Amino acid sequence: MSAATTRDAHDDAHHDDHHHHGPEPGVMRWVYTTNHKDIGTLYLVFSFLMLLLGGLLALGIRTELWSPGLQFVEPDFFNQLTTMHALIMVFGAIMPATVGFANWMVPLMIGAPDMALPRLNNWSFWLLPFAFALLISTFFMEGGAPAAGWTLYAPLVLQGGANLPFAIFAIHLMGIASVMGAINIIVTILNMRAPGMTLLKMPLFIWTWLITAFLLVAAMPVFAGAVTMLLTDKFFGTSFFDAAGGGDPVLFQHIFWFFGHPEVYIMILPSFGIVSQVIPTFARKPLFGYESMVYATASIAFLSFIVWAHHMFTVGMPLAGELFFMYTTMLIAVPTGVKVFNWVATMWRGSMTFETPMLYAIAFVILFTLGGFSGLMLAIVPSDFQYHDTYFVVAHFHYVLVTGSLFGIFAGVYYWLPKWTGNMYDERLGKWHFWLSTIFVNILFFPQHFLGLAGMPRRVPDYAVQFADWNMVSSIGGFGFGLSQLLFAWIVLQCCRGGKQATAEVWDGSDGLEWTVPSPAPYHTFETPPAVR
Amino acid sequence: MAEAQYYVPHGTRWPIMGSIGLTALVGGFAALLNGASVASLVMVLGFVILVAMMFLWFGQVVRESESRIYNDQVDRSFRWGMGWFIFSEVCFFGAFFGALFYARVYSVPWLGGEGTGVATNLFLWPSFDSVWPTNGPAALGGAYQVMGAWGIPALNTIILLSSGGTVTWAHWGIIKDNRPQFVWGLLLTVVLGFLFVGLQAYEYYEAYAHLNLKLSTGIYGSTFFMLTGFHGAHVTIGAIMLTVVMLRGMRGHFDSKNHFAFEAAAWYWHFVDVVWLGLFIFVYWL
Amino acid sequence: MTFDSRLFRRWIHRASQAAAGLAALAPLSAAYAEWELNMPRGVTLISREAYDQHMLMLWWCVGIGVVVFGAMFYSMFRHRRAAGHAAANFHHNTFAEIVWTVIPVVILVLMAIPATRALIVMEDTSEADMTLKVTGHQWKWRYEYLEDDVDFFSSLAPESREAIYSDPYATDNYLLEVDNEVVLPVGRKVRILLTADDVIHAWWVPALGMKKDAIPGFINELWTRIDEPGIYRGQCAELCGKDHGFMPIVVRAVPDEEYVAWVDDRHAAQELVAQEALRDWTVEELMVRGREIYITACAACHQQNGQGLPPSFPAITGSEIATGPLDAHLDRVMNGKPGTAMAAFAQQLGDSDLAAVITYQRNALGNAVGDSVQPSAVRAAR
Ligand code: HEA
Ligand code: HEA
Ligand code: HEC
Ligand code: CUA
Ligand SMILES: [Cu+2]
Repeated sequence: MSAATTRDAHDDAHHDDHHHHGPEPGVMRWVYTTNHKDIGTLYLVFSFLMLLLGGLLALGIRTELWSPGLQFVEPDFFNQLTTMHALIMVFGAIMPATVGFANWMVPLMIGAPDMALPRLNNWSFWLLPFAFALLISTFFMEGGAPAAGWTLYAPLVLQGGANLPFAIFAIHLMGIASVMGAINIIVTILNMRAPGMTLLKMPLFIWTWLITAFLLVAAMPVFAGAVTMLLTDKFFGTSFFDAAGGGDPVLFQHIFWFFGHPEVYIMILPSFGIVSQVIPTFARKPLFGYESMVYATASIAFLSFIVWAHHMFTVGMPLAGELFFMYTTMLIAVPTGVKVFNWVATMWRGSMTFETPMLYAIAFVILFTLGGFSGLMLAIVPSDFQYHDTYFVVAHFHYVLVTGSLFGIFAGVYYWLPKWTGNMYDERLGKWHFWLSTIFVNILFFPQHFLGLAGMPRRVPDYAVQFADWNMVSSIGGFGFGLSQLLFAWIVLQCCRGGKQATAEVWDGSDGLEWTVPSPAPYHTFETPPAVR
Repeated sequence: MAEAQYYVPHGTRWPIMGSIGLTALVGGFAALLNGASVASLVMVLGFVILVAMMFLWFGQVVRESESRIYNDQVDRSFRWGMGWFIFSEVCFFGAFFGALFYARVYSVPWLGGEGTGVATNLFLWPSFDSVWPTNGPAALGGAYQVMGAWGIPALNTIILLSSGGTVTWAHWGIIKDNRPQFVWGLLLTVVLGFLFVGLQAYEYYEAYAHLNLKLSTGIYGSTFFMLTGFHGAHVTIGAIMLTVVMLRGMRGHFDSKNHFAFEAAAWYWHFVDVVWLGLFIFVYWL
Repeated sequence: MTFDSRLFRRWIHRASQAAAGLAALAPLSAAYAEWELNMPRGVTLISREAYDQHMLMLWWCVGIGVVVFGAMFYSMFRHRRAAGHAAANFHHNTFAEIVWTVIPVVILVLMAIPATRALIVMEDTSEADMTLKVTGHQWKWRYEYLEDDVDFFSSLAPESREAIYSDPYATDNYLLEVDNEVVLPVGRKVRILLTADDVIHAWWVPALGMKKDAIPGFINELWTRIDEPGIYRGQCAELCGKDHGFMPIVVRAVPDEEYVAWVDDRHAAQELVAQEALRDWTVEELMVRGREIYITACAACHQQNGQGLPPSFPAITGSEIATGPLDAHLDRVMNGKPGTAMAAFAQQLGDSDLAAVITYQRNALGNAVGDSVQPSAVRAAR
């Protein structure tokens, strides 16, 4: 075939012998790579750096809240900390981490040679560092970073200084990156499965990611639209969010939360998927109720588009609206409950061992459910009038986000790390990491329930003295939890450098295509599709 | 014809180039909005990089496609990819349509005292009657005239709908390997497309010069220009895509079995068409 | 000896209180330790509805938690490999799956019924005895009693503001004290109209049990009927910028007669202010009054020492405007600067207060221009 002569010399320098080929040498490997494992690694490393940065900002928050009075930061800077903490955690830490998992594991679990659109895959990642450079650069601008909360409510956000257009465009870039990444994942799952891998044979992690990717494609563009309207309201004279011109500040909230609520499931569904892989492995028993898990995930995704106004019960919606959103929100407890019960039933009469991934998965089930319970309490409108915008909400969402999404991610890292690196991590240190994290995270966030119920508003740099004690406890937990993550960094580094050789199966209860390839997984896998039972 | 193996390119320079270009573009624009006029240079530079990147990236994909190293599975990937991309665009427009509906169904009536808005109207905007279109209780932007539906917009509807027909005619051409029909069909479509954009531009000129209808004309001006503006931008992009496809067709690319690039552009064109129908009905007509 | 059960119960109660107190104080013996755990029950129908819903949900969740986590821990304990348990191999059970879909639905319905009932009551603002219009400003509240013709601003008390950077424990009700309280009669249904001037705020007094957003350009309604006289404190509950944490609300609920007397006092005070604005003030009077106004109205942005928080909030010390021609200074304070946080104070402050604060800015905070402004000059500039 004469085609080779017309191809780009650089790109295809190694094409013809790619069957036995490893990565290119040098750093440019990481910049030019189209390999799903490389890109997965990039995502994971990036997200960990963002976790440290976002965590550092959170520790700034906890430092100022250590005791009443202002000691360390000015109120405006405090608001910048809160806003940037959330933006970085949500879009920089949690989401890219789960996309990293998708990149590494989707092709391995469905028996595909790579992602369906490898160049696009590279771009999906390589927009992120640029987007975050733009976002973080606002800290150094006149007037500082955005300070209106991660929810960017108009008209407050329009009072922001130089940061506003930078933050908006950073969000656009992240949005483009997420949508491209999600399209790639959908296409890979729909089009790249090994023969015999029917949809209902796919591991649950694949299902949760398929549905997550759908949520991303549907929700992110709406967010892009919302921030575009902010931009034009500020700079081009439109009045979407200005009553004087017939608009409504609440319109922004509707559009934001139409994105924002699916967004929280975007952050949790991949962790559901990870936990659904981990629990059967260590219970040595197949996942209970696989099909109902799939349907439950799909129902959650569907419901997530019709509950958004539960974040806005206090904006003065008509009664019918409040009731509608209360009922739909409560309904989400049903499919989520199905998942929780299925996990418990998977453990039931298993033969359980408690390696670090399993410990994290168990903590996930318990602590996420706690967060779900407080979510359900928030859904009850009469009491949400009291809870709204207090630390009770902060406690709720950190339970679902930190002990939910993040713990799911930890479970996944420990679970697949031997597959990625070929080495076992240090189990003893892993257990230390687990216990330290679990204890401190509860010291950190449980007291926030009390603070909220007792009346402490969120997003305040200072508080009345009756809130002093629990705040100090919470701050202690925060520092403990933060420092514990340095242990995590150490464990992962150690494991990358060496350690006990991992077998292909790694765990004796493991099941699935990813465990049929050697550890570490070779640079190219499944170039000829595997046979699926 | 196609290789058995799924084509996985090894290494690519275009994405990082695209990131740099895009970042310079939006970063420059942001700085410009903050009043730093030198930033427009950065912006232009970014735009140039971005366009160059697209030429190079797409050029390479075209060469790969023409050298038939993509198999049917790769083709399916592209199809799914384009489909979901269009879906994401639909959602983007959804946000703006949502804003329009919200304003028309909720916020404007509330300001006028309907439903829960009694006190709002009584205390804050006592003289405001809710009628659509409106530039709000404070009459932002001053007196203006409404853009009628049955002039240029109706003409544009006919133009865009016929372009949907011509693009289908072009499709029939390539399916029959009738290249002249393919190219002529595309040419007609592209001409109609640019005609549409031209008329739209003229309409904007009219609005600004004679109707005092501007972006700053309250919620009506905001929704009108943002919706039609983003739509117009998409028509332009679609027309460019079709132009590229046409040029490729003139060079002898595509045959009755292999013409996904054309189909992708055509899908996009139909999507733009459907959005327009929504616009015509909800922005101009009702 | 007869057993006095009442005495016994009181004894138990005391002991448990002491134990709880000790347990609470042991780890950190801060003087103001209040290890508050739960929502207050409040003094209105609404707050009690909220509380009851809250407790109901809490117990539902505890119950479900006990069942779910109980099963889980039982399984973790019994079905360990370390305990020699071999894995079963079942992977679904249609009956169980139907049961654990249906039961939650039933529970949710049971939760939704009382919630719906409560909500309908809470949203019914009809047939109110009086109307209070509340407007959120960055960062203070304006209260207008529509029937009683009382109108004033309420911001963080100066003692609290002074304590922020020194010792929060040195003042009572740190951050929860205002210069002007809202006074409401007990037992009367008060309809509250909420709006805002600049950005969204939210008016919230936990003991009254309801929170609603104050949105610029729109009016939201809520109602309250306070059962017991007392002082109830709350805060702004929607992020509204820099001093969101420093915009408290204090409601003093009083019996009807006292309320009427308070309204009369207010009228007299408003009359007095109007009278005072007609006479000439001495510079000392202006400076004393000016300092008070400065701390409550301006210090949030320009800071107590006049240094401001550049670049967002300029310093008054050495400011070209505050040390330049009087007209420009008057204009900036009265008309503000649109598009910035500097509001037009002409509506918010009376003639004498404006005269006082401007005089103060020119002759304190490191400035020493030496001139002064009379209320009459302000009136002329209106
Ligand atoms: C991963 C993220 C995540 C997840 C999964 C959830 C899950 C849920 N959330 Fe949460 N939520 C957030 C992230 C998340 N949330 C964030 C970030 C915010 C704040 C945003 C901001 O303002 O900044 C928020 C705020 C928020 C609010 C607004 C509060 C306010 O501002 O006043 C509400 C109100 O309804 C709510 C409800 C719920 C509900 C009902 C669920 C449900 O999905 C939970 C379902 C789970 C269970 C119920 C437990 C398991 C079920 C069983 C064991 C079955 C049996 C149970 C019963 C029948 C009761 N959430
Ligand atoms: C998405 C996930 C996510 C995660 C993981 C976290 C993690 C944490 N969050 Fe976050 N948080 C949010 C999402 C998240 N948060 C959101 C959405 C909001 C709402 C924002 C808003 O109101 O707009 C919020 C708000 C929020 C508040 C309320 C602020 C306010 O209302 O003003 C607080 C206060 O305690 C807080 C604390 C913490 C803490 C202590 C952690 C800890 O888990 C962090 C642990 C710390 C680390 C992981 C850091 C480790 C690093 C070091 C020890 C230093 C070493 C450093 C280097 C080497 C560089 N968060
Ligand atoms: C909500 C914040 C805020 C409050 C409260 C506030 N100001 Fe200002 N003030 C500003 C800002 C912001 C500016 C800068 C406006 C600009 O960009 O020129 C300003 C500017 C000024 C200036 C001009 C300073 C200069 O050199 O440009 C004066 C004088 C002034 N304010 C007086 C007052 C007085 C008197 C009060 C109280 C009665 C007050 N301000 C309360 C925010 C505030
Ligand atoms: Cu006003 Cu927060
Ligand atoms: Cu939600």
